Amino acid sequence: MNRSKWKNVKDELFANGLGVAALLTLIVFTLGAVFAFLSGYDPNAMEAMARLKPPGAGHWFGTDDYGRDYLARALYGGRISLLVGFASMIVATGIGATIGVISGYFGGWLDNLLMRMLDVIMSIPSFLILLLLSVYLKPSVGNLIIIIALLMWMNVARVVRAETMTIKEREYVLYAKASGQSASGIIWRHILPGLVPVIIVGATNNIASAIMMESSLSFLGFGVQPPNATWGSMLNSAQGYIAQAPYLALFPGLLILLTVLSFNVLGDILRVGFEPKLMRR
Amino acid sequence: MSESKVLVDVNNLQKHFSKGKDMRGRDTAVLKAVDGVSFQIRQGETFGLVGESGSGKSTVGRCLLRLYDYTGGEVFFDGQPLGKLGEKGLKPFRRRIQSIFQDPYSSLNLSLNVLELISEPMKIHGIYKGEERKEAVAALLERVGLKREHLYRFPHEFSGGQRQRISIARALSVRPEFVVCDEPISALDVSVQAQVVNMLEDLQSEFGLTYLFIAHDLSMVRHISDRIGVMYGGRLVEVADSDELYDNPLHPYTKALLSSILETDPRKGSQRIRLEGYSGEREAAAQAMLREVSPGHYVALD
Amino acid sequence: MTKRLLSVEDLQVSFATRDGENQAVRGVSFHIDAGETVGIVGESGSGKSVTAKAIMSLIMPPGRITAGNIEFRGERLTGLSEKEWRSLRGNRIAMVFQDPMTSLNPVKKIGQQLTEVIRRHRGLNKEAAVAEAARMLLQVGIQNPEQRLKQYPHEFSGGMRQRVMIAMALSCQPELLIADEPTTALDATIQAQILDLFKELKENSDTAIALITHDLGVVAQVCTRVIVMYGGLIMEEGTVEDIFYRPRHPYTEGLLRSIPKRGGGSRERLIPIEGTPPDLLDPPPGCPFMERCPHAFARCSERPPVVELTPGHRSMCWLVESVQNQTAVHAEGGDSGE
Repeated sequence: MNRSKWKNVKDELFANGLGVAALLTLIVFTLGAVFAFLSGYDPNAMEAMARLKPPGAGHWFGTDDYGRDYLARALYGGRISLLVGFASMIVATGIGATIGVISGYFGGWLDNLLMRMLDVIMSIPSFLILLLLSVYLKPSVGNLIIIIALLMWMNVARVVRAETMTIKEREYVLYAKASGQSASGIIWRHILPGLVPVIIVGATNNIASAIMMESSLSFLGFGVQPPNATWGSMLNSAQGYIAQAPYLALFPGLLILLTVLSFNVLGDILRVGFEPKLMRR
Repeated sequence: MSESKVLVDVNNLQKHFSKGKDMRGRDTAVLKAVDGVSFQIRQGETFGLVGESGSGKSTVGRCLLRLYDYTGGEVFFDGQPLGKLGEKGLKPFRRRIQSIFQDPYSSLNLSLNVLELISEPMKIHGIYKGEERKEAVAALLERVGLKREHLYRFPHEFSGGQRQRISIARALSVRPEFVVCDEPISALDVSVQAQVVNMLEDLQSEFGLTYLFIAHDLSMVRHISDRIGVMYGGRLVEVADSDELYDNPLHPYTKALLSSILETDPRKGSQRIRLEGYSGEREAAAQAMLREVSPGHYVALD
Repeated sequence: MTKRLLSVEDLQVSFATRDGENQAVRGVSFHIDAGETVGIVGESGSGKSVTAKAIMSLIMPPGRITAGNIEFRGERLTGLSEKEWRSLRGNRIAMVFQDPMTSLNPVKKIGQQLTEVIRRHRGLNKEAAVAEAARMLLQVGIQNPEQRLKQYPHEFSGGMRQRVMIAMALSCQPELLIADEPTTALDATIQAQILDLFKELKENSDTAIALITHDLGVVAQVCTRVIVMYGGLIMEEGTVEDIFYRPRHPYTEGLLRSIPKRGGGSRERLIPIEGTPPDLLDPPPGCPFMERCPHAFARCSERPPVVELTPGHRSMCWLVESVQNQTAVHAEGGDSGE
């Protein structure tokens, strides 16, 4: 990537108050996750006397149904949620973009094969895949990331393939082909830069759904095992107390919402910044 | 002109596209974009290929660039058949045959700067290295009327005409012998069209280039072409020297096309030849073969 | 005197872009009288299409009209509400666009689309509207109208679709038809047919036509009066004869010279206008053509005045102004045209 693009992104970021807010939010959340121990509480330490305490001086986020400090759980939970979200986004986007580009650029039987494969995977309910995978894989953060990525790459592959097919008909790609550029050269130099916007959009959407998916996997018992917290599992276990202690749902919900929103805002800024400026006709 | 050798020999070229496929992947309908086209281009000459949308003119150009595999027929370049060559065998020809495309807004990769754009074909074919390459690109830029300062600018900073100059510099960077110009001026303003046409002519005499100049209207093409072929419905209906074609058109479609050039003198109304069969809805052209009616003037009439 | 239909006074339109204000139209004044056919000609970026859109109130954000006044039959158009516009647009002022495919609804039959417009604007009943639609198709040269009305847009060729668009625009008997590059997307032979249609309209109907085009050939063949735009300003304005035989602006002269002559021989050298059009993000304060003009001198860096050479023939050029001042009465050309 060249320097002027990053400058564009920087300009776009600072031209826009929302972008700065999104960046700060993510930085704060990440720092919070990294320095979670500073909360002073053990996230898994139960305190029978302090069950379902509303937010207040001792416990800023209150306590949950086992009397655990909710702030500490949110901070430690952020570690896993952000890690899983980010890592599975990278893996899924990588797989999806690679398959999409190959399928879209080469076309023909290869495209047919890859796309039929994709259709098959997409037509199997993800629950079934999850059940199957859970037989063979042990629940761990690493496996969680892989499973989420395997369930998510298809959408990126679809949009990347479609975009590749339009870009490869552009005259500059035809020119490169006609002047002897190799297929890999064409893909690297001419197709990928044009794909950056759709890949970024796909990736930010993926982060959002990865965080959501992590919560449903945890719910199924395949995610991170209790008592360890993640934002998703916190939200799930808050369900039973929605009337007595709405803050139990509110805090993880807000954290997920703000994270997803921030990634979307940043994704938008990246996309606009990377799009080459077009001259007005 | 007649003593110079034939550089490009297109022999009964056919290119069909599949319009639909059944469940087993067999073609259900076929579009005969190019349906048996033969012509020759001599070294140093400009051959104009004219036709309206859907006539197959651009498909011919893309076949010559081997962007498509042919359905039938053969193209010989400098005596050697290109049709069966693989990418490896084609590589030397990919240097000798270069191209300029129509849309100055899509023929340049917007994410590369001018230096990267123009030096790409040089890199592919290993012409010059490092600083030497940069110098060569700068010299080319100056040759096409741009400036050395433009080396690190991006395409969006240029006007349509300037972008087309960049395309021209890029095509010339590997010192080709033959350039396929696929409607290189159609998207430009009139005053700029003239700039580009003049430049192409200057470069032709300077570097001894041979051009295939594809266009959709006949007004500009005469100024650059030595000979012109008129395409209609995937076939060539008439081929002649430019002046002969304008002064003595024989095929009714050529006549209709010529009469549709707008007179820029308000007192002279164009006497328009209306041929319902040849304008508006289009059927496949007649299957008549090109016949030589006078030296160098070929027409396909029943 | 003919009736003044449309008058545009000091129109300015700009578009907000990431790099600043794109001043597409920078103070344009002209008028169109009832029944006349005016060509607005210019290259890309001259502001001709933006002017047309401003007249139709089709400037959408980030674009906006920053100054000026547009009057239609003495009524102010600038500042009308969208509702007031709706009764005007299509009804008294109609527009035909460059691409007929995107202007027609692909899932509705041509007849449905046409009768809908006719019924809405003319309040006819269904049978009468169908009959009127068929009559309109015949008028724009489409044979077998009854059968054609039952077809969908994709069953029509590009030229036929543009005919349908023109029929649709004319079906409400507008007083002004604005055609924005109506033949640019069409093949040469089809373009010729559509221009014939415009010529017929000019002869046989009272509708005034504003034809926006980049093609001087189109103007020469169809229009009675011509407005030449460049860099967001009107460079020269006059009758077709004024512009083609007695051009008095270096830009018009250059433009006319750069067109290939129909009778010219093969490989005859063309005479281009060197240079590139001005950047409208940062337009020159003076004459926009200054940088490309072979006659430019120091004064050209100030905005030139509009000089009326003969009635209706105006040129925005210091050169013309200085000649005009020196010789008081300009004797060249002799006749005044009309």
